[in-house]
Amino acid sequence: MRKDNDDPKDVSRPSGSPKRELGRRDFVKLVGGTSVAITTAGVLTGAGSIAEAEDNPPRGKVVGPAAVPISLKINGQIHKLTVEPRVTLIDALRNHLDMTGAKKVCDRATCGACTVQINGKAVYSCTVLAIDAAGMNADIRTIEGLAPEGQYHPISAAFVANDAQQCGFCTSGFVMAAKSYLDANPHPTIEEAQQWLGGGNICRCGTYRGLRRAVVVAWGGSVPAEGTD
Amino acid sequence: MAEYKWPPSEKRALIGKRIPRLDGPAKSSGRAKYTFDMNRPGMLHAKLAFSPHAHAKVTAIDTSVAEKMPGVKAVQIIFPVGTEVFWAGQELVAVAAQTEEQARDAARAVRIQYDVLPHFVSDVPPERAGINVMKTGEVKEGDPDKAFAEADAVHEGYYGNTQVAHCCLEPHGQVTEWQGDKLTVWATTQNVSGIGGEFAKSLTAKGVPVDAANVEIICQMMGGGFGSKFAADPWGVACAQLAKTTGRPVKLMLERDQELMEAGSRPSLYARVKIAAKKDGTLTAWQSDAWGTSGPQAQSPLNLPYLFNFPNRSANFTAVLTNTGPIRAWRAPNAPQQCYMTMCPFDDLAAKLQMDPVDMYRKNLPILGPRAKDYEVEITKASELMDWKSKWHPRGHTRTGPIKRGVGVSLHTWGGGGRSSTCQVKINPDGSVEVSLASQDLGTGNRTVIGIVAADTLGLPLDMVHVNIGDSRFPPSGSSGGSTTVGSVSSSTRITATDALNQLFAKAAPVLGVSAEKLEAMDSRIQVIGDASKGLDWKQACAKLGGTSILATNQMSRDIISAGVGGVQMAEVNVDIETGVIRVDKLVAVQDCGLIINMTTAESQVYGALIFGVNYSLYEEKIMDQQTGRHLNPNMEFYKLAGMHDIGELVVHMMTGPGYDERGPIGLGEPPTVSPGAALSNAVANAIGVRVPELPMTPDRVLAALGKA
Repeated sequence: MRKDNDDPKDVSRPSGSPKRELGRRDFVKLVGGTSVAITTAGVLTGAGSIAEAEDNPPRGKVVGPAAVPISLKINGQIHKLTVEPRVTLIDALRNHLDMTGAKKVCDRATCGACTVQINGKAVYSCTVLAIDAAGMNADIRTIEGLAPEGQYHPISAAFVANDAQQCGFCTSGFVMAAKSYLDANPHPTIEEAQQWLGGGNICRCGTYRGLRRAVVVAWGGSVPAEGTD
Repeated sequence: MAEYKWPPSEKRALIGKRIPRLDGPAKSSGRAKYTFDMNRPGMLHAKLAFSPHAHAKVTAIDTSVAEKMPGVKAVQIIFPVGTEVFWAGQELVAVAAQTEEQARDAARAVRIQYDVLPHFVSDVPPERAGINVMKTGEVKEGDPDKAFAEADAVHEGYYGNTQVAHCCLEPHGQVTEWQGDKLTVWATTQNVSGIGGEFAKSLTAKGVPVDAANVEIICQMMGGGFGSKFAADPWGVACAQLAKTTGRPVKLMLERDQELMEAGSRPSLYARVKIAAKKDGTLTAWQSDAWGTSGPQAQSPLNLPYLFNFPNRSANFTAVLTNTGPIRAWRAPNAPQQCYMTMCPFDDLAAKLQMDPVDMYRKNLPILGPRAKDYEVEITKASELMDWKSKWHPRGHTRTGPIKRGVGVSLHTWGGGGRSSTCQVKINPDGSVEVSLASQDLGTGNRTVIGIVAADTLGLPLDMVHVNIGDSRFPPSGSSGGSTTVGSVSSSTRITATDALNQLFAKAAPVLGVSAEKLEAMDSRIQVIGDASKGLDWKQACAKLGGTSILATNQMSRDIISAGVGGVQMAEVNVDIETGVIRVDKLVAVQDCGLIINMTTAESQVYGALIFGVNYSLYEEKIMDQQTGRHLNPNMEFYKLAGMHDIGELVVHMMTGPGYDERGPIGLGEPPTVSPGAALSNAVANAIGVRVPELPMTPDRVLAALGKA
């Protein structure tokens, strides 16, 4: 069960952005909180941070509801696309860029299957608007950027070695969450890893035992022998 | 000649070892393509309009506004005017548009009018359910009245399991694409071989004639099913209709709320139970009045008790008809509820007799059915792994302070067996091997099991074998339900690979100057039995095929598999009696399932089942609103599932060796899901001294049981 009060992923405030960006939840509040409003109102792009990438709408300008051109920096490459302002980052990745590693499951920042990194920090991409990610000049990393084709990141390899996936639909999110966690905490114990990852990602098949071992194996830590926990 | 029967342990190069799953690298690198990930050129997105009412008659459907909305390409009415809707969330209209957002807008713009009818979404006891009940089963054996009168101890209690959902992380849905008369469906399905015919039949009935021969079902990767993904489903047929109308591929995946509202749930089960025993713990009589809901249809009677053959028994079941939504098979259909309704009263009776329940199980082995001997061994093993003797205490508080500790035990059985399965094995002149069958891997490790069986049979390393599954163009293999998959596919693969190998032996025998009967396949060689120096390496042998591949096709046989498994589980918990919060400290599962093909994925199934059990025992519950008849928590914030830190220490022990291996493979997906509810509930009762009668044991239910709420 996820603890709401210690969610490690502050989706509204990726690191490196000095001021609070406009998130989807704020936007819904801003326009009155109804779905009708979303379809008819424009979006005020977040003010106060640097809008550098070309094509991105200038800060403070009302855009939409029609699609607008934006550019997103993903895995070190600039991708140009045209999306409605209400399109979330997960939908932009999956529907517009065919980057389907991140999965859409709960679509409201609970399960973590859509986890990507923005400026090095784990973020639920279902709860970030693509236009916001563009506006904040985010450096987005998805699971596709973890290792070149044909190669595997050590975290992915540890997942395989510890059977940390069954159906695999939560796996991409766990890999990216583990990446962010290990970046900040390079040598966790099993207990530490499960406490952190238990807060933000959900698996339905029940691979948590393999998962918590994999996170430790990924940095070269030792885990109890097979057949025991 | 190679034989169909399974090799003895010293000849198993791969079978029974720990082998990483074949699709692990694709999944853990995000490269695995699921149905939800299919983006076809020119593809449209479809969304559903559904009933907000739990019970209503559709009086008008106006799609004119939706049709004119931006990006909309087609609208498909699924259920027409006049349809009686039996649950909130029933799909009525599908809309296809250029983008997902446009499709969602247009689905909302479909105007549907209803005559709203009275709804009933409560699974209260039959006497309070008015006309919404149907008595569907009643059994009586022996003389229960006399047995109760003569018993040394009688316990009476109430027990309940609420409805829970499947909550597959990949929702139900499909991508459909027509090329002329041919329909391709990328489906997330447990039934690759079966749903093509269903699509053909339904589409033809709806005026889109298509032969089953022209429908291809593809499911390479699948994000969970748990029993809920066997059918083409009305939205699947509508998706294919929209693709036909627009001439473009269409993707329709259920949104999370739809997935939870109507893509399946487990029936609830409640019972008032009376159970009796002699002073020494020997069970003598059972009586139960049970009820539960399967939604609008009366379910088949859920027989009680589970597992025990009571000499005297009286049991009845009443179906409560509700508008809570449709049920679907849920991992070990009905068995977790039946097990809970039996093993909890059993445990309460043991407490009344002041007996250790482990001793009382031993006392009753004679009425525990065909797996009784396995239970005896497994109870001993589980007790050792749990350190039961030192942890068990007579029911109730044994320590000061608000945190109370306790242990509980339960046991279970399941069938398994196999469904029809045809396999094709091709050995190419370059030595490469293809194994093809239209089975599916739900995340169970089925793909890897097939590869291991083929490679072990042919004496090859696993990476020499290409496993082709998940496509209905391959030979048909049964759906994945009832823990039948491993039995089916290991049997058909073993038999067919053996046939292919015997054909290769026939080619190699003259070269080696011996008869084919004298050959064996080991270590990537075809060699003479007893004289390993005399042989050909695999590639040399295959080169003797000339230009033609070996192609063998054969079917599964029940002669080399079995049905019927046993398992014992123990739980250790701590309960905070001030907050009502339960934490799992440790779970032990001891399980047999015949010959294990891959120890790694077998253990993962059991670990997963234990966690599944933690979910339904402590967290998940489909909550209905009595006023509106709607599902109140069709989302993952409030439909609660365990996180990684909620599961405690997990210990799994698989029974292997003589007595197990010679039975052949038996499916494992379901059996270990059966016991956790009873084991956890019994552990809580042991800790706090009272029974929390209903699952999930949420803090409010714990406090209520303690008389604090």
